[in-house]
Amino acid sequence: MEGELAQMGKYIGAGLAAFGLGGAGIGVGNIAGNFLAGALRNPSAAAGQTATLFVGIAFAEALGIFSFLIALLLMFAV
Amino acid sequence: MATEHGAAPAVGMPQLDTTTYANQIFWLAIALVAIYLILTRIALPRIAAVLSERKGTITNDLLMAEELKSKAKAAEAAYNEALAQARAEAGRIVAEARAAIQRDLDAATAKADAEIAAKLAQSEARIAEIRATAADSVVAVATDTAEALVAALGGRADAAMVAAAVAGRIKG
Amino acid sequence: MATGEGGGLSIHPMDQFIVKPLFGGTEIAFYTPTNVTLWLAVAVAAIAALFVLGTRAQDVVPGRSQSIAELIYGFIHNMVEEVAGHDGAKFFPYVMTLFLFILSANLVGLIPMSFTTTSHIAVTATLALAVFLAVTIVGFVRKGPAFLAMFWVSSAPLPLRPILAVIELISYFVRPLSHSIRLAGNLMAGHAVLKVFAGFASIALVSPVAIGAMAAIYALELLVAVVQAYVFTILTCVYLRDAVGDAHH
Repeated sequence: MEGELAQMGKYIGAGLAAFGLGGAGIGVGNIAGNFLAGALRNPSAAAGQTATLFVGIAFAEALGIFSFLIALLLMFAV
Repeated sequence: MATEHGAAPAVGMPQLDTTTYANQIFWLAIALVAIYLILTRIALPRIAAVLSERKGTITNDLLMAEELKSKAKAAEAAYNEALAQARAEAGRIVAEARAAIQRDLDAATAKADAEIAAKLAQSEARIAEIRATAADSVVAVATDTAEALVAALGGRADAAMVAAAVAGRIKG
Repeated sequence: MATGEGGGLSIHPMDQFIVKPLFGGTEIAFYTPTNVTLWLAVAVAAIAALFVLGTRAQDVVPGRSQSIAELIYGFIHNMVEEVAGHDGAKFFPYVMTLFLFILSANLVGLIPMSFTTTSHIAVTATLALAVFLAVTIVGFVRKGPAFLAMFWVSSAPLPLRPILAVIELISYFVRPLSHSIRLAGNLMAGHAVLKVFAGFASIALVSPVAIGAMAAIYALELLVAVVQAYVFTILTCVYLRDAVGDAHH
């Protein structure tokens, strides 16, 4: 009983942690959308900024990855 | 699929199975060293050589193109010059021909003018002669007529007086 | 994991990641040839095929494989020069090694029934830690104690600087974590999803949908494989810039 409760708590916690990925998704979408908006206004400058775009996406995604990590740790490691 | 390879189905994440870490890291290190050696010993120098060779070739080709372009420009200039010369020559020839024609024309005109003038003078001379003869004839006729009139009127005409009178009349 | 024994549906999405010896047995010592060894070897062989056999002719007008090799060379070379700065250009062979290894391992891992070495945290953490250590050591060798100025944000107001320094320090040490888990997590998630849909394909009712979804996800995974290799490499260059580049960042 005690173990089952802990199991349940783990799964619920993992599910809650997965919400963090939604935030990362919003952030990445925001970056990509803003990049596109800027790129359409000034297409000639867009090509030089793709590296910045990917770095920004990677940094925004990093925080989502932490929730993913928490979820995985809750599921498999704790 | 789990049963195929005989191993038990994964319990939890195989990624968190620390017993396999040493193995993975060992082989990964070997793979990375292999890739590094392949790249630095063979691939990268080769590609760098090809790229620089291509750059050289392209530069050479561009230089050659530049040279050919300048040659073409020189040829065009020469052509234009030849064209201008030919035009000048043609103009000169035309001017010469025109001058020659003008000269001939002038000569012919002058000749014709001279002939006309000569003929005019001749004709004037003849007219003057004719006029002179006509005037003489008038004097003679007048004298004769005057003498005849004097004779008919019974007088005796003094030829000298008659001539003087006629001359006076004609003059008057 | 979702075994679903009740309905007879047996999906083991994580089984594809099991490390097992190639020639039988269950003991895994560090030198045992395993499926990791096999697929690392395949990745290395793919790189060798493209970069040694493909560039063998050294034509001025390149063939197909030679132009792919040259394209990758130029791409990474530009990236290192632009992002890491001119001083970072001498790390080009290392960055190239990283990029090619990750790209090749990702793509080789998409072959059905294969094993994705880069989906293992042990592998990506080794790569990320190598980058982290290299950046730290190079930074201290190049700049000495001035390397620590990176954490002291001189453009911020003075009272904020200690707080920012703590945040910068934490983010510096978190780098290898996010660096490695991004790669492993993306690949693992993609492959697990593929496996789950493959499990659904055994149900006649939804199998057309499941197979269509698998094709779509497979295409997405091809993109992810390339983009993750690119992201890992460009982040390496960004970190290298801290070590070798100018102070501004």
